[in-house]
Amino acid sequence: MLDWITNFLSSDIMTATPLLITALGAVYSERAGILNIGNEGLMLTGAFFGATVSWITGSAFVGAVAAMAAAMVLNLILAFFVITVKANQVVAGLAINTLASGLTVTLNRLIFGVSTTVPKIDVFDKVAIPGLCKIPVIGEAFFNQSLVVYLTYLLVPVLAFVLKRTNIGLKIRSVGEHPQACDTVGISVTGVRYGTMLFAGALAGLGGAFTSMGQLSFFVEDMVSGRGYMALAAVVFGNYTPVGVMGACLMFGAASALQYRLQTTATWIPYQFWIMLPYVITIIALCCYRKKSNRPACHGQAYAKM
Amino acid sequence: MAFLEMKHVSKYFGSVAANVDVNLSVEKGEIHALLGENGAGKSTLMNILYGMYAHSEGEIWLNGQPVRIKDPKDAIAKGIGMVHQHFMLIPALSVIENVVLGLKENKAVLDLKAAAREFSQMAERFGMELDPWAKVETLSVGAQQRVEILKALYRKASLLILDEPTAVLTPQEVKGLFHMLRQLTAEGLTIIFITHKLNEIMEVCDRCTILRLGRVVRTTAISDIQDKQELAALMVGSQVELLTQKPPAHPGDEVLRVEDLSYVDKRGIRALDQMSFSLRGGEILGVCGVDGNGQSELVRCITGLLKPASGSVRVCGADCTGADPRMILGQGVSHIPEDRHKMGMIREMTVNENLILMSYRTPECQKRGFLKWKDIRAHSQALCEQYNIKTPSVLERSGNLSGGNQQKMVVGRELDRRPRLLIAMHPDRGLDIGATKYIQRQIVAASQAGAGVLLVSTELDEILELSDRILVVFEGRMMGILDRSEATAERLGLMMAGARQSAG
Amino acid sequence: MTKTWQERLRAGLKGLYFPVAAILAAVVLSSIVMAILGFDPLYAYQCLLKGAFGNTNSIGETLVKTTPLIFAAVAFALPMRCGIFNLGATGQLYIGAILGSLVGVRFAGMPAVLHIPLMLLAGFAGGALYGVFAGWLRHRFGANELISTIMLNHVAIQLLAYCVAGPLKDPATAATSTPQSAQMVASVKLPVILPGTRLHAGLILAVLCLVFYYVFLWKTTRGYEMRVVGLNPGAGEYAGMSVRKNQLLAMLLAGGIAGIGGCVELMSVQSRLIQQFAGNIGFDGVAVALLGGNSPVGIALAGILFGALSAGAGRMQMLAKVPNATVYITQGLIILFVVGRELFRIRSRRKNKPSSRTAGPRSMEKEAV
Repeated sequence: MLDWITNFLSSDIMTATPLLITALGAVYSERAGILNIGNEGLMLTGAFFGATVSWITGSAFVGAVAAMAAAMVLNLILAFFVITVKANQVVAGLAINTLASGLTVTLNRLIFGVSTTVPKIDVFDKVAIPGLCKIPVIGEAFFNQSLVVYLTYLLVPVLAFVLKRTNIGLKIRSVGEHPQACDTVGISVTGVRYGTMLFAGALAGLGGAFTSMGQLSFFVEDMVSGRGYMALAAVVFGNYTPVGVMGACLMFGAASALQYRLQTTATWIPYQFWIMLPYVITIIALCCYRKKSNRPACHGQAYAKM
Repeated sequence: MAFLEMKHVSKYFGSVAANVDVNLSVEKGEIHALLGENGAGKSTLMNILYGMYAHSEGEIWLNGQPVRIKDPKDAIAKGIGMVHQHFMLIPALSVIENVVLGLKENKAVLDLKAAAREFSQMAERFGMELDPWAKVETLSVGAQQRVEILKALYRKASLLILDEPTAVLTPQEVKGLFHMLRQLTAEGLTIIFITHKLNEIMEVCDRCTILRLGRVVRTTAISDIQDKQELAALMVGSQVELLTQKPPAHPGDEVLRVEDLSYVDKRGIRALDQMSFSLRGGEILGVCGVDGNGQSELVRCITGLLKPASGSVRVCGADCTGADPRMILGQGVSHIPEDRHKMGMIREMTVNENLILMSYRTPECQKRGFLKWKDIRAHSQALCEQYNIKTPSVLERSGNLSGGNQQKMVVGRELDRRPRLLIAMHPDRGLDIGATKYIQRQIVAASQAGAGVLLVSTELDEILELSDRILVVFEGRMMGILDRSEATAERLGLMMAGARQSAG
Repeated sequence: MTKTWQERLRAGLKGLYFPVAAILAAVVLSSIVMAILGFDPLYAYQCLLKGAFGNTNSIGETLVKTTPLIFAAVAFALPMRCGIFNLGATGQLYIGAILGSLVGVRFAGMPAVLHIPLMLLAGFAGGALYGVFAGWLRHRFGANELISTIMLNHVAIQLLAYCVAGPLKDPATAATSTPQSAQMVASVKLPVILPGTRLHAGLILAVLCLVFYYVFLWKTTRGYEMRVVGLNPGAGEYAGMSVRKNQLLAMLLAGGIAGIGGCVELMSVQSRLIQQFAGNIGFDGVAVALLGGNSPVGIALAGILFGALSAGAGRMQMLAKVPNATVYITQGLIILFVVGRELFRIRSRRKNKPSSRTAGPRSMEKEAV
């Protein structure tokens, strides 16, 4: 039984991590007023470039950097369209997803061909923290993970502090609430929004890389399968704060972890229904109506300077 | 030498000239009025000074030096502060967060406590009490305005631009503001005061520059002005008749009875508290009060857009309490809404499609669920002529019409239905004098034709000119109903600020 | 609305400017990408064009691909006109197809004129229920339909996978082979309308669907209500319309249309339900609707274009060795440029009629898609 719990917690954290990394970045861009439907494509790009560059260079670290860079470039394109050209954010995001899907599949077939053998790549190694990892039940789950996982959870309080207490955090929140007011006090709305988009792109890329180098150790076409959207749902459910988002992601992660466990044990329910579980939980989370939302007032709207 | 000089400044939006060869000279320590109608180019000129727009031609001199102001950051650095007509405060943030937002002295990690201390001291010096930790959305409009002024002073402004600062205040709050402005000029600040209200200029300003159609008509000391009529003539370019002729009413049957109407909004605030009044056909009942004192909720409760918490609404004898808007509209109710862009019209649709918004289900417009576009088009053309709506065609996108013509379209559509009850909310807000007078005449004509009119306005002059009786609201409560003959601006002002008056 | 044909033509040509510019820009950019990847873009496009329009058979194939796209596009465009983003065409199509197949595998020998409508009705019902469910989640619980419809797609994909592996599995197939349902019976097979090709009567149904879309939205009072609600919900409520009812109806119709689209696939090129048998049709439909500006003619033209891309991609992959997924690069770029059409606006502000705008600045205008 205890083993089961340890496995469950470990698997929860594993599945929550890519969502959380992506969602943390999305908190920032969403707070600045940009609805980034393109998360799905960003994660996919990250997953592909992470795995591929890791395969080429033999270093998961270089792969992760490449994943972040690639997703940043893609998000920069999206930022150009939604901020500078003032295109509809939902549609532009969808376009980015299509683009990313086409690009990764094309490159994947070019580089790896259609062979079924999976190339061996360097992945994020697990690093046990001495001492802590010996704690019964939770030690193995919490303190024997890869560096990326530790980094992600450390990032949560840092990003919460930055958003709440710092000058740049105040600017980000203000830009989403009332861009024109920011303009009148000399803040560059465009600059802040581009900045958050670059940051969100980098994190989504890393989140994607974690799916192909942390959870799995290879790239599969369309492997993100809705997790970019789930990250967005986590941002809504976590009420646009880093800590809230962490809770939401752990909940979604738990649904996935449960799914993996139960697929093999509770076979009296067809496995397809277990695969549905995370999606259903996401829908339920979306239905939790919130009276006092931190959703910025000018969310999803382009800002045209006078 | 003047403190601020704008020389030969012009601004074009495409081929539309907003400002042409404007010369403005402001002395240190004075309150300088910028007077003009809506659309005369006052705000544009000040937005140029504040760096929001780049001017097309001309130069700006400050303290004897030519300056280039390319964005608000420049303006702030040069000691220019501006309080916009629509406040540039972020409702979800605290007062102090709003004050320090964007300051270039800010450290990476904000020290809000120190800033709050400094802010409170400053507020005290000007005799204002403001909690720096309060969320802006919880403050009254007057308090928000004080935050805006202090925000500018916190940035060491020596020239303060106020864009229509009195529009949202009660007459008593206006007095308080004027007192503060004099205190500020006594400390050496220079103030530019944008307005289209003549009384205020006579009361508080030292000099005034009058703009008309983007050009300077004249700059003059207020002491040289004989009376308001003279200023008005300069502003609109000809001797205008300030009053709309309103013949006496011949009240008919009761068309609206509101009893003990209360409404509680989402935040749990009683936005309407025990309102009771009635309105008869042929009569104009003016509802006056400062914006946001329950007028909007009152109108929405009557028209079915909000469900009242208690009380009743009867329209033409039928109980309409909490009824479906469609049923209420069917009672012969027309509604000119407060914001045409949010409610009254669909900018992306044609004039034609907008004109059938209320009547698309009538047999004149449809047959078995199919719209009769041919008939509709003919009728729309007739309406455009009747109500003087200037449009190249009824198939023109309505968003392309000028503001005045858009509003005429809304008014024409509503009056065409020959209402028994007409609810008009800010029917002429933001329009120039010509369009305003036109719409006021149409409303008077509707009442002459027998409609009961509920006229909601924040402009005291308009209320006094058009109403037979005047209902004053304050914080969702009814402060009393005055007969036109007993109403004066003074008395209404007191009531708008919450002083209860018994009628008569 | 009555307009002279010249007015219509002029408006139509003007409407073509942005989509054509977007397509050209996207094609140029993807050619550059192809060249970087080491392909000959000219040869690739040549193959693609031949594969799409080279002979009767390929034209037929293009139109075969166009047919489901039109259903999916209308399923996106109709709710969009009513102010709701339906990204759930995929799910609605699958649920419609599952329900339709229940009818399609039974009643052998029933006359086609009865059987086909019956199956379409079942498909409509399934899709409509699934569509209206997302609408209901939005109105009852405030669940953002963008994400919820995508999640519902994944649920429907699994449901279909379950059905073809379980209750609907064809007992005749071996346990080891790919799960699939029984074959639809002959009486629901749509006739071929262009001899020598696979082009079937589904195209006629798709065109009828577009006609319905046009007549419904622009000629009926209900359609007028929907457009008002979509463009300005405040104005809709002010005029006594119910935003909720209209949006639910829009989702119901959209889901139903997607469901019909799924059934049409089963009645023609796919004769059995298999996992993910509709592939990317749901999202491609979104792209078609966007490129077509959510207008009936636009959807038809864009549907043919995307159908051609899809039909030609196979030949391009075979001859020019360019992976057919590159089509998605082009497709993504097209949407990006369509929605970012301000890029192509020729800066001639001065030509604006002074009367058309007040002297003030343009306020923030919410971009209507």
